[in-house]
Amino acid sequence: MKLVVAIIRPERLTSVLESLYRAEVRGLTVSKVQGHGGETEHVETYRGTTVKMDLQAKVRLEIGVSEAFVQPTIDAIVQGARTGDVGDGKIFVLPVEQIVRIRNGETDTAAVTPVEPAE
Amino acid sequence: MNATDTLFVILGTALVLLMTPALALFYGGLVRAKSILNTMMMSLVALGLVGLLWAVLGYSLAFAPGNEAVGGLGHALLRGVDLQLRSGKTIPHLLYFMYQGTFAIITAALISGAIVERMRFSAYLAFLGAWTLLVYSPVAHWAWGGGWMERLGILDFAGGTVVHITAGTAAWVAAVMVGPRHDHGRQAFLPHNVPMMLTGAALLWFGWVGFNGGSALAVNGTAVQATVNTVLAPIAAVVTWMALELRRSGRATAVGAGTAIVVGLVAITPGCGFVSPLGALAIGALTAIPCQLAIHWRPRTALDDALDVVGAHGTGGVVGALLTGVFTTTAWGGPAGLLEGAPRQLGLQALGVVAVMAWTAVATWGILATIRRVVPLRVTARDEAAGLDVGEHGEEGYGDGEGAILVLDTPTARAAR
Repeated sequence: MKLVVAIIRPERLTSVLESLYRAEVRGLTVSKVQGHGGETEHVETYRGTTVKMDLQAKVRLEIGVSEAFVQPTIDAIVQGARTGDVGDGKIFVLPVEQIVRIRNGETDTAAVTPVEPAE
Repeated sequence: MNATDTLFVILGTALVLLMTPALALFYGGLVRAKSILNTMMMSLVALGLVGLLWAVLGYSLAFAPGNEAVGGLGHALLRGVDLQLRSGKTIPHLLYFMYQGTFAIITAALISGAIVERMRFSAYLAFLGAWTLLVYSPVAHWAWGGGWMERLGILDFAGGTVVHITAGTAAWVAAVMVGPRHDHGRQAFLPHNVPMMLTGAALLWFGWVGFNGGSALAVNGTAVQATVNTVLAPIAAVVTWMALELRRSGRATAVGAGTAIVVGLVAITPGCGFVSPLGALAIGALTAIPCQLAIHWRPRTALDDALDVVGAHGTGGVVGALLTGVFTTTAWGGPAGLLEGAPRQLGLQALGVVAVMAWTAVATWGILATIRRVVPLRVTARDEAAGLDVGEHGEEGYGDGEGAILVLDTPTARAAR
């Protein structure tokens, strides 16, 4: 079991969700975050005051998957999120000790569906 | 001058002036958060640019004596526009100029709803200026300044044709020429702030009393009739709209109700001084039906008229202009309409609609095709993805200020170092 955490551009979220859907990855959590990944800061001006915006709006995806789904999930995120410019984001794959489905107490691999990727 | 009439039109000017910021709220609420400032600026900038051009040249082309197609240059740079009475009216010429100016401003701003979230701001400015002089001013002259529509007796009390058909037609052409937003047809573009849109709709209704009632240009029975009709038509439109929605999906929506208010207002604009109060209710209710069909059908087409300017103002303007020919009545100050057995007025109204749509479409296409040779009509794909607020204006509507580093070398910044 792995937890796939991905930081992506907000405007790529639709296409990432689409490619995850096609890869049959179903359960996921999305949050709006701010961060900085080495891209050029953009400059804003308010009443003559010029500021460099160091933090960019990003979207974080968290997806718990069984081993068989790790690579399909990564592929789908990369395919949906890549523009080729600095600031496309990162994917982190973390080991998971335990997963519990709250509804019925199923644990671990049984708690992330489906078990096998579609052929 | 007549003091009462003058005060009335001063109030009318203030009310119509409010409609453009109201439109900014209406449109701003309907777009995504990342382009709200650009969307609101597209309306607000008309107050600056169109207002300036109106004083320099636009008013003269619309209202100075000229030929049947366009006014002359007699009032260019406000020559002869002073505190003397405007000929044929009881109010000062200067006030008449400014009252009409508020109409020119909001008409241009209306078009922006079709091209938000992707049009380059500089190209939009060029378009706005050229469009006001080449489309709005001549068409206003046709209907109100002594042009051919006025001579033939084509009715447009407060601007159903001059304002809404021109804006709706231009919106269609502009949406096609600028092209759809990236992700159009794939992603649903949802309003980011519906309460703001509803606030805008409420303020538009409020301002529209000055738009329609004020167009009587005097405190008289016609002003009362136009004002009351301006309240009644949206009432009927909102009820009809909600009834249709309830029948279709079982739910009446807030965005739908806000849209219905505008549709009812557009519909009654050409006829508000010629139809009975019951006629106004009928026009509001009847216009809601084709407008809702148009707005529900549009997302299934390739046309990315983002905020439904064609569906609300174009469709509502055309149907309202035609229904004016049906419901106009001699009992309420108009010529006889179709309901009184006189089909002639309906034919005249149709002629006006077709002619205005044709000229607006051709001229709008010509303006955008010319601008496109100098500057791209769209922002870059990257700016569009990040939102037009940062790319075009260097500001954010809802930035929280975190991570903002001061660039200027100010005393405070020096002290901090």
